[in-house]
Amino acid sequence: MEPRFITRLGDGSATALTRSELRAELEEGTQAATAKAKLPPLEATELEHLLDIFASAARFSAVDIGDEVVLSFDGTGTQQQGSRVNALLQYEQCLAADTCELYHIDYSYKAVKTIVGVEQQAMKEAQERLTIPVHYGAQPDLGRYSAPDGPCGNWSELLPQMRIDDARAAQEEAVELAVEDMVYVATALWEAGADGINFDTAGAGGDADFLATLLAVERLRAADADMGIMVGMSGELVLGTHGRLEYRGTRLAGLRPAGQLEVVQQAGATVFGPAVNVNTSRSVAWNVARALTFMKPCTAVARIPIHANVGMGVGGVPMNAFAPIDAISRCSRACVDILRLDGL
Amino acid sequence: MPVAHAVASGMNGVRAAGDLVARLEMAKGMKLAAAKQHVAERLGTSVADLADPLVMHEVRGELRLGRVFESETTYPHDPGPQEAKRNIAALLGLQIRGAGR
Repeated sequence: MEPRFITRLGDGSATALTRSELRAELEEGTQAATAKAKLPPLEATELEHLLDIFASAARFSAVDIGDEVVLSFDGTGTQQQGSRVNALLQYEQCLAADTCELYHIDYSYKAVKTIVGVEQQAMKEAQERLTIPVHYGAQPDLGRYSAPDGPCGNWSELLPQMRIDDARAAQEEAVELAVEDMVYVATALWEAGADGINFDTAGAGGDADFLATLLAVERLRAADADMGIMVGMSGELVLGTHGRLEYRGTRLAGLRPAGQLEVVQQAGATVFGPAVNVNTSRSVAWNVARALTFMKPCTAVARIPIHANVGMGVGGVPMNAFAPIDAISRCSRACVDILRLDGL
Repeated sequence: MPVAHAVASGMNGVRAAGDLVARLEMAKGMKLAAAKQHVAERLGTSVADLADPLVMHEVRGELRLGRVFESETTYPHDPGPQEAKRNIAALLGLQIRGAGR
């Protein structure tokens, strides 16, 4: 009888699978991405390596010595650590973070615009107290510009009414406003000493959300050749909530990670973060194989560093605020070992 | 989450040379291998040493790049963050806006 290994489902709960069952999960995971996006599956040697990572009773798994990569963080720190800047310092001094990110709990450029002076002051203090790079991050968050939270029509209400032109016009108006807010906030934090700006969860509101991000990055790059700019995506597919938007001739709706990377590079970002969402009812092994298959084509076209998103609910990491380290460490190692990324 | 990733695959931050490599990736868009090579050349170490906390603790101390301390091993004469970042900027040929002027 085959021994069983404790592993996890995508919601973080424990399950036990045999080596044969884990092999099947990995093969089905890569095939799921292949079927969805017409991508090549992971190679047999890659699947075998993943199987060795997952078919193990070890509580923790890690990359080989010498294969370490840079870790960039979104939203660094939590309230138990005291002030925001104290939390950043603890990440530097006690948690071995390569970088950290100052953030506001209302993680939206539109919201931050109203308190940007406070954020600048916090960045100034962080820069005085930390040695590692301190980035500033928030989300493009295009939905905030639609009624009732914002001045534009609500495309989520207009689309079901089949008012397609009105929904598109509302998104185009929101893009213009969002670009101005992102450029304003990013410039202010850069002036306050930020080592880089993170546009996190880009495309969460669809192709218009992604376009606003690209246009903001383009303007920031034109204004300052030295600004570090990271674009982290929201998912493995850009939703076509508008459907016709293009960036430099590339239609944004439907873009997969490699296509997302191409336009992010064109806009002038210095780091790209692909994201692949987790299916909570499938195993972590299935999710990791699927995520790696989606992200692997990025490595062939990347001119800038790639930092895969491996936080809660992306990159195979369970969709749970308290994800177990056995699952996190296996996801971390799998991304580095298979994709040879520049960071996470 | 951050601890698990840091232990599984991270470069150890200011405990080693993770922050230095990270600066080149973010500021210059430099890929990992090139960034590691550049940092190793500037530090006069091997690439393999960059995530080694013992080697880098000594190197960072000698070059005054900032390092961690703990209650029984203190470095009161080490540079503060602003001076350390000015030294890092000069070492790597970067502009660090938060390093003071």
